[in-house]
Amino acid sequence: MRVVRMTAFQLRYTNKTYWRNPTAAFFTFAFPLMLLVIFTSLLGNGHVYLFGRSLHQSTYYVAQMATFGVISACYTYVAIALTFHRDFGVLKRANGTPMPPAAYFAARVIHALLIAILLVAITAAFGRIAYQARIPTGINLFHFLVMLAVGAMAFSSLAFAVTVVIPNVDAAAPVVQASMLPLLFLSGVFIPLGDNAAGWVKWVGRIFPVRHYSDGMLAGFLGTPFRWSDVAVVAAWGVGGLVVAVRRFSWEPRV
Amino acid sequence: MSTSTAVRVRGLSKRYGDVPALAGVDLDIRSGEVFALLGPNGAGKTTTIEILEGYRNRDDGEVEVLGLDPGRERSALKERVGIVLQSSGIDPYLTVAETIEMYAYYYPHPRPVDDVIELVGLQGKRDQRVARLSGGQQRRLDVAIALAGDPDLLFLDEPTTGFDPAARHEAWQIVRDLAALGKTVLLTTHYLDEAEQLAGRVAIIAAGKIVVEDTPARIGGRHRQRPRVTFLLPDGVAPPRGVEAIVEPAGRCVIEPADLTDTLHRLTGWARRQGVALDDLQLQRPTLEDTYLQLLAEHESGADAAPGAAR
Repeated sequence: MRVVRMTAFQLRYTNKTYWRNPTAAFFTFAFPLMLLVIFTSLLGNGHVYLFGRSLHQSTYYVAQMATFGVISACYTYVAIALTFHRDFGVLKRANGTPMPPAAYFAARVIHALLIAILLVAITAAFGRIAYQARIPTGINLFHFLVMLAVGAMAFSSLAFAVTVVIPNVDAAAPVVQASMLPLLFLSGVFIPLGDNAAGWVKWVGRIFPVRHYSDGMLAGFLGTPFRWSDVAVVAAWGVGGLVVAVRRFSWEPRV
Repeated sequence: MSTSTAVRVRGLSKRYGDVPALAGVDLDIRSGEVFALLGPNGAGKTTTIEILEGYRNRDDGEVEVLGLDPGRERSALKERVGIVLQSSGIDPYLTVAETIEMYAYYYPHPRPVDDVIELVGLQGKRDQRVARLSGGQQRRLDVAIALAGDPDLLFLDEPTTGFDPAARHEAWQIVRDLAALGKTVLLTTHYLDEAEQLAGRVAIIAAGKIVVEDTPARIGGRHRQRPRVTFLLPDGVAPPRGVEAIVEPAGRCVIEPADLTDTLHRLTGWARRQGVALDDLQLQRPTLEDTYLQLLAEHESGADAAPGAAR
């Protein structure tokens, strides 16, 4: 089928340009590892009380920085790159060629997924070597991979959706960070939230996809309970993002 | 529609909110010709071209591009046209050849990549990253991308804006080469000499309407306008009787003769007999720019006197 062939082709070029942009590649890969080292050095000696269990924080951070890495690669990077391409007319030019829009979307999402897998593998390996973190195996590994894949796709379709409210390339980083950083904090990705967190914070976690996603990642690394409802909420956000993107995504700079 | 018509437009209109952008544009572009659309900023050049390309929807009128409706049959049309937008980015991390390869892949019958590179004269830059090309080279790459699918019709929206004179002349040669390949070219430009050099026919658009359309040599009755003969005379020498010369304040004599050959013969004969030097003797035809400005001024005053009157 033509769209599949075009997607596979587009994927090669998306990948090529990704690795040739050293800043982007550096930040997506180095940032989670850097934060892992920082958080574990500052806070890694304590324990967090979660799901009725006491967990060591260094292992906790390996899982959370994998979460953070996936969100950076799929949401932050994709949204900023798309806005850049939109504002500089790369998308408008592409839209004047017979390339099927679905191939462009699909190539971006699949590429973000591949980057996410690589990123999680590196973070897990680093965590294993430096902090003796547990690596998911067996049924945990299966659950973990499902969550990883669903999350990567959901956060990249949310990246397409968020470009709808980004007026121009200068606003891209602020809008993307402002929409994600509070959620990362309120979902316990940077600072562990125990079972005793405030009620409204818990509600933020229930409504938005970040907490559900990080719970799924934690389950893989820490053996905490895995819930299919978490996968469902993340997937629902992804579908919502896709609907917004398909209806409102702009191939031309906003004026 | 005859097969020799590439673009046919009748009564095309478009509004942006309450602002009318196009108010009934008619256009016919024949296959294989280079057609230039001229007009001041905001006159509707880019709106017209973007409707033909399928980027904008029209509000009213008939549009056929290569026999297709750009609104309803855009995907079929995309395979047969090449588009150079006024400004559009190229991924800076790919090389010239990779970029053209990427775009060529989208088309059913692409032109060989090295063929395209040669057409736009980027042979020496084949494996160079886009980020390291000069502005003029990037513009050539724009043209190369538009040629990647081997289109029948090429849209060039202000292709040489910001070029230095040498780069502009090189770009002109590229357009002439495309014309020689039998491509139809629709170009917009602010440079009247560019239109004159390249286009077989030009149309001037103002306030959303085509004001006039003709060959560059004949537009606005240009070929019928009187030429100007000008020269300098030594101090104290009056122009000869029998030629109606006006002496401008700067001392330059100007004649606008009805019969050019006869007047030149008299003038030079007089100068030789009298031993007078005709310094800086020049023969000037009204330039396309003169005609263009005059037509726009006439259109503006005409539009003031009789609103909505079509020329």
